[in-house]
Amino acid sequence: MTGRDDPARDDPASRYGWRRLDARTVRASVVTVAGICVAAGVPTGLGIASASVFWALVTVLPASAAALVATVVVERVRLRRTRYRVSADRVELVKGIVVRSRRSVSRERIRTVDLTAGPQVRIFGIVTVKIDTGEGGSAGGSVSLYAVGREEGERLRAELLDRGRGDGEPAADGRLATFAPRWVRYAPLSVLTPALGAGAYGAVLQVAQWFDLQAGVITWTAGLLGGLGLVGALAVVVAAGVVIGVVGSLALFVEMWWNFRLDREPGGTLRVRRGLLTVRSISLEEQRLRGVELVEPLGVRTAGAARVDAVATGLRSGGDDDKADRKTLLPAAPRGEADRVAAAVLRERTGPTSAALTPHPRAARGRRIRWALAGAAVPVLTLTVLGGLLSSAVLLHLAWISAVLGVPVALALAVDAYRNLGHGLNGDYLVARHGSVRRSTVALQRRGVIGLNARQSLFQRRRGLMTITTTTAAGSGAYSVHDVGAAEGLAFADEAVPGLLGPLLEHA
Amino acid sequence: MGESGSRSGELRLRPPVHRVHRTAVTWWRARILLAGAVVVAALVVAAVLLPGVVRPWLLVPAAGFAVVTVVTAVGMPAWWYRVHRWEVTGDAVYTRTGALWQEWRVAPMSRIQTVDSDRGPLEQLFGLATLTVTTASARGALRIPGLDHGVAADLVQELTETTQATPGDAT
Repeated sequence: MTGRDDPARDDPASRYGWRRLDARTVRASVVTVAGICVAAGVPTGLGIASASVFWALVTVLPASAAALVATVVVERVRLRRTRYRVSADRVELVKGIVVRSRRSVSRERIRTVDLTAGPQVRIFGIVTVKIDTGEGGSAGGSVSLYAVGREEGERLRAELLDRGRGDGEPAADGRLATFAPRWVRYAPLSVLTPALGAGAYGAVLQVAQWFDLQAGVITWTAGLLGGLGLVGALAVVVAAGVVIGVVGSLALFVEMWWNFRLDREPGGTLRVRRGLLTVRSISLEEQRLRGVELVEPLGVRTAGAARVDAVATGLRSGGDDDKADRKTLLPAAPRGEADRVAAAVLRERTGPTSAALTPHPRAARGRRIRWALAGAAVPVLTLTVLGGLLSSAVLLHLAWISAVLGVPVALALAVDAYRNLGHGLNGDYLVARHGSVRRSTVALQRRGVIGLNARQSLFQRRRGLMTITTTTAAGSGAYSVHDVGAAEGLAFADEAVPGLLGPLLEHA
Repeated sequence: MGESGSRSGELRLRPPVHRVHRTAVTWWRARILLAGAVVVAALVVAAVLLPGVVRPWLLVPAAGFAVVTVVTAVGMPAWWYRVHRWEVTGDAVYTRTGALWQEWRVAPMSRIQTVDSDRGPLEQLFGLATLTVTTASARGALRIPGLDHGVAADLVQELTETTQATPGDAT
């Protein structure tokens, strides 16, 4: 550490000194590696032990011990070789055991400072800090510190996000939303439930296959359920899948969202804190906020609940493990609560997302019904053609069954999708709603609109419909008003963002 | 165009003023024929090299593909030429593109981030260029294909100067 590249010796005048990661990180890493050793070692050990207990102990134990020792050594060296510094205008990180790297991020460009602490990190009172500029590229824009003391993490967060903007904003700081345990009831309504249920069966069969027991497992299950008949057995299998799915989605939801709190902090930062085992703290500068999106997946919507997502710039999507949830400001909660939180986040008295919207022309319903019928026809036609070619009665039966089941469902979804279409202006916000399986109501700041696209297919042209898309730097980059009457849509766009379409508009 | 005096009728979008360069039709045609020719040639070569049994399975699609290519090459570029329009005012860039799906796009000057002009080998041959104007939105880029090379270069110059004069980070 006395080499000439030692950054600690640079500009001694700086009042911001170089700091090291927390020494407790070594212990946390050891616990992590120990966990991996147990998870990997026990099955391996059992496998070898079936042949020889002696060899099982002789191979697994020394390997685990070596892994733990290596972890201690590597982590110690890594901690000694890692330094970071927060200066007046930059955050700098110097790291690397073999290859030294030095990263410097301008404080001005920092958009988020997230703190994460998994259970093995949490028990030692430390947190992982991720400082992100939200700019493209996996490496360029972020600095990750694993790990620093909890107080140090909080201090970094507060220091980096507080830009000291005393611009006379109303002091609306404080708690915006708090977790209510009864929200847990919405968790099983998500698409995760069937996915987890099916996934569990898949996993069992996959593991059984590794041990060449797949046939055995199936015969064993068949024997167990044999007395119930085909329908009874199927019902039991489906019910078991549902139970697994429900338990799984509940567990995931509780782990992700337990103890959720949404706060507005001085300096204009929204902060989400949540998590049962792994505690996460996610920050979002209000300055980056361009609106909110109220998301209602079908199941959750039927139960009268909705989720609130932030529409913000510099929220990097993709690459991150937790990416989908970073923009979520409120998990599925009763609709009234969601509207209230949406309004509070935007500093509005009434939520733009709860305003009445202008419905779209009936021609839009026709389009949706035609799409739905076309979609429902695909499996029916495929099954019919295959059934005819292979002269298989089973396939033909499946064809009419899928027609009987599919057509009404498709029609219902189409009509629902049409009813959900709507747009409107609400103060500073442009509001657009669409979707049935996933109904989305977006409220976008009018000043956040950075472009407009108006799109017409041949069929839309014939029926006088148009899809108006507002582009924005935030969120998914574009939000659309689908199948609005062409003249009405243009008038709406012109009113929402005055002057943008300007010279292109004319009266027929 | 330009009948905005009458306030009686329904609101609608007029086409932007400028067409793309007339040569663009030939360029589009050449591109379609070339792409089609590659596929047809591959199928024919395969048919010649492979045993006779599979030959019809390759030659029939090749013939079909050739017909589709020729029909597209004759029909679509003329349609595209009628639809593709662009206009630059002091405040914004406007484009209209497409055929079956027509799309008007607007990017206000103050939100433009980059202006590029690209020239593929075929475009160079025909003296054309494609102009791409991007904004901070991941989905807001405007493209004007088939511009005269000189016009495109002037546009890049003009737009770059205008947008540089505009303060802010365009988000």
